[in-house]
Amino acid sequence: MTSRQQGARALPRALTRPLTRVLPLTPALVLLLLFLAGPIAYCVYIAFTDLQLTGQAHSSFVGLANFRRAFRDEAFVNAVWLTLVFTVVSSLIGQNTLGLALAGLMRRASKPVRTLTGGIVVTAWVLPEVVAGFLLYAFFRREGTLNAILDWLHLPRQNWLFTLPILAVSFANVWRGTAFSMLVYSAALDEIPGEITEAAEVDGAGGWRRLWHVTLPMIRRSIATNLMLNTLQTLSVFGLIWVMTRGGPGDRSQTLPLFMYEQAFQNSMIGYGTAVALLLLLVGSLFSAVYLRLLKTEVQ
Amino acid sequence: MPRQRTSRRLAADAGLLVAAAAFALPLVWVLLSCVDPHANLRVKIPDGLTLGNFDTILTPDITYTPLLNSLILCGGATALTVVCAALAAYPLSRFRSRLNRPFLLTILFATSLPITAIMVPVYALFVRVNLIDTFQGTILFFAASQLPFAIWLMKNFMDGVPKELEEAAWTDGASALQSLVRIVLPLMGPGVAVVTVFSFVLMWGNFFVPFMLLLSPDQMPASVSINDFFGNRGMVAYGQLAAFSVIYSTPVILLYVLVARKLGSGFALGGAVKG
Repeated sequence: MTSRQQGARALPRALTRPLTRVLPLTPALVLLLLFLAGPIAYCVYIAFTDLQLTGQAHSSFVGLANFRRAFRDEAFVNAVWLTLVFTVVSSLIGQNTLGLALAGLMRRASKPVRTLTGGIVVTAWVLPEVVAGFLLYAFFRREGTLNAILDWLHLPRQNWLFTLPILAVSFANVWRGTAFSMLVYSAALDEIPGEITEAAEVDGAGGWRRLWHVTLPMIRRSIATNLMLNTLQTLSVFGLIWVMTRGGPGDRSQTLPLFMYEQAFQNSMIGYGTAVALLLLLVGSLFSAVYLRLLKTEVQ
Repeated sequence: MPRQRTSRRLAADAGLLVAAAAFALPLVWVLLSCVDPHANLRVKIPDGLTLGNFDTILTPDITYTPLLNSLILCGGATALTVVCAALAAYPLSRFRSRLNRPFLLTILFATSLPITAIMVPVYALFVRVNLIDTFQGTILFFAASQLPFAIWLMKNFMDGVPKELEEAAWTDGASALQSLVRIVLPLMGPGVAVVTVFSFVLMWGNFFVPFMLLLSPDQMPASVSINDFFGNRGMVAYGQLAAFSVIYSTPVILLYVLVARKLGSGFALGGAVKG
């Protein structure tokens, strides 16, 4: 009874509240529902149909056929494998380690060197994706800069984009994405109190031991969030690889986003392409959920 | 001790300079090639200085139209993103509600979803609702894809504006919208600038979204039209490609420098990483 009375008294306020509280949210909510949640729901739906690009009036429901087909499809397995290589080499190892190394060196370096290096690395990050793709294409091509340097050092040259395309695009992604890790780790290292490292130094811990036993444990949360975000970023790279190799030669640098695109548009199988997209989205959601958990534990 | 510190600094400097040189090579290529009359794919001292590459590409077809298209698309989508994000952030930052937390967590979750994955269904959807190959459609999708991050950043910046300042306005009878526009947003000017510049820079560089959603060549933004330097025209004119890259990249680099100067280097990450 009392609760109902309270409810009745709260009614006028409950009516005016939506105006100030919900109304401002509406434009954003409408956009998000129509153009983000909508396509994701549609993605879930057409992944189970045989929708094709052209000459088809109706598509029909085919259940799990697209997914069964994917796991039997050698090209799909190849794309999964290449995505894994691309992610591990460029994000987990490349961007992450190099970013940490640069951030660590910057703490000791002189100011002009620090500013110069930071500026160059960040510029690579700010450049539009396609421009970065072209610059690295020029760098790795047979007539490009990398081979010119190798010649100068009397080392054997390679046609990088042909012999090791997945490594070339991975290095391109390192070039483009390291700045993010560098900034994250610079911020994290700045938060370590100086006394702690000094104490470890006085106790006679050498550089590597200090890194392993003092520094890394103290920034482990930043490492985790950085790895998460790098991985998510790397999973959705399309333009960089498209510009450099188009996924080729053959399908030797065809990661999942490029495979998805090829199935949907070059082979006009939207249904199949979307099933691949859904799998990519699921992997992404998984990483995103882990990222959320990490943030939550950090906040609490 | 001081000597050890000096030698450490020299070692760190040397290490960083090597890294800087490696990172700089591709950038040096584009800077040298754009003024080189005989540019090729490797870094080399230009065979003479020319502005010919720029002269050739500064035509409506090659440069002005794509840049204008980029400006319309990214400008429109950025305006939409910032207005929607500011409005949405206000109740999230100002009022307590049981729904805030789940909503914010959903937003944060959406922030890191790989948008690339949904481009095929978005294409299929846009064909159905006749939004394919339209600026409106592309702008709306751009804005929606940027919104989660923008709302999240905006809310964090808004939390930094003390509520007391608004309460005075409320007692004077100002509405929530008035206090948002007149008091909160001006006080968080740098925050709004960050969200604006960040949204704009990300969309300006985005290739896949316009590549999928726009079809007519005359509607293509620079991120897609740059592809025409390859393939379609036979021999690639690398000098022109470099010149175009420089013109296309300059606005976002300037914008970034402008904001980074104002707010310190780690600015963009405050909201994104620390949550």
